Amino acid sequence: MRCRKCPNRAVLGIPRHHTAFCKTCLTEFVCDQVERAIKEEQMFTRTDRVLVAVSGGKDSLSLLDILRRLGYEGDAFYVDLGIGEYSRQSKAKVEGYTRPRGIALRTHELKEDEGAGINDLADLVRRPTCSVCGTLKRYHFNRTAVELGYNVLATGHNLDDEASRLLGNVLHWQTEYLDKQGPTLPASLEGFAKKVKPLYRLAEREIAAYAIVNKIDYIVEECPNSKGAKMLLYKDILNRLEAESPGTKQTFYWGFLAKQKAEEGARPSMTENDRAVLHPCVTCGQPTTADTCSYCKLMARAKQTGPATIRP
Amino acid sequence: MTVVLNHPVREVEVKGPKRVKDLLAELSLLPESVLVVRGDDLVTEDDTIRDEDRVEIRPVISGG
Repeated sequence: MRCRKCPNRAVLGIPRHHTAFCKTCLTEFVCDQVERAIKEEQMFTRTDRVLVAVSGGKDSLSLLDILRRLGYEGDAFYVDLGIGEYSRQSKAKVEGYTRPRGIALRTHELKEDEGAGINDLADLVRRPTCSVCGTLKRYHFNRTAVELGYNVLATGHNLDDEASRLLGNVLHWQTEYLDKQGPTLPASLEGFAKKVKPLYRLAEREIAAYAIVNKIDYIVEECPNSKGAKMLLYKDILNRLEAESPGTKQTFYWGFLAKQKAEEGARPSMTENDRAVLHPCVTCGQPTTADTCSYCKLMARAKQTGPATIRP
Repeated sequence: MTVVLNHPVREVEVKGPKRVKDLLAELSLLPESVLVVRGDDLVTEDDTIRDEDRVEIRPVISGG
């Protein structure tokens, strides 16, 4: 297979775009898609301070790499979940990427700062580990970005992540979550960082290919807690559809975004909605719809049932 | 050929030569869910893997 842009050998075929690229043209294609996402969705500019949430996986490390290649200022933030060998390896990948490039890395250690790792916390509050993980990560991503003066928090969510999440929400008619499925969530009120997903135009496979051809050393191993996760099932189903009908994932997710855009103005904006229902948590001050935010509730429950080491 | 699979890491022997597309079909793997790496290089579905080659099949789907 030959590259469609130059005479070189292709390293990746992309059926959804009827194309194939060599290493150089693939890198160019990926960067162009990210730049387009940033501009079209008004994510940030080159003067913004962007905090990139990194896990040591292909998506977040590639995002950091692409942003810096495009001339954006991106620092890294890593949450150490305390999942034994998996966390040790993923942290080593993050440090292995950031240190030689002189990228500032902020870290939050659950075992040190909350007094227990994610699995122990989930056991204490009797909730699924992935749900507790989501609550903790969302909280610390936002809080760290705001406290350290970053006005934008970027995550490595890609087209497959967003399409599978949309499928899950639609299958269960969780329409209340659909508003928050866009690639840009505004900093609608004090205490909220703007949240962006610059990889939403790229399939997971394209990002993995970018990471491999650009020699980004990422953790291939899956989080042990993700075994049997519904998201993996939805991704598999969408990939089966994609194999039969290339472009299915982008039609599904981008089509949803286009419909959302077309309806803008017909109903209150996300900022208006947020301002109507959110106020500072009585314990930590972070925005929440209840008196106490879900993070503080979770930690209070863990403290009630757990050892004295549980904080805050 | 030696094929390195992940999750968990293991090796299987498959008779070559074989096109990547046919190798993936034989292993019941969806091309959209994996990449095939030979040495430091990615190979595409119409590339042929020789009997003496060693390739890694790298899953690209993560659950996070």
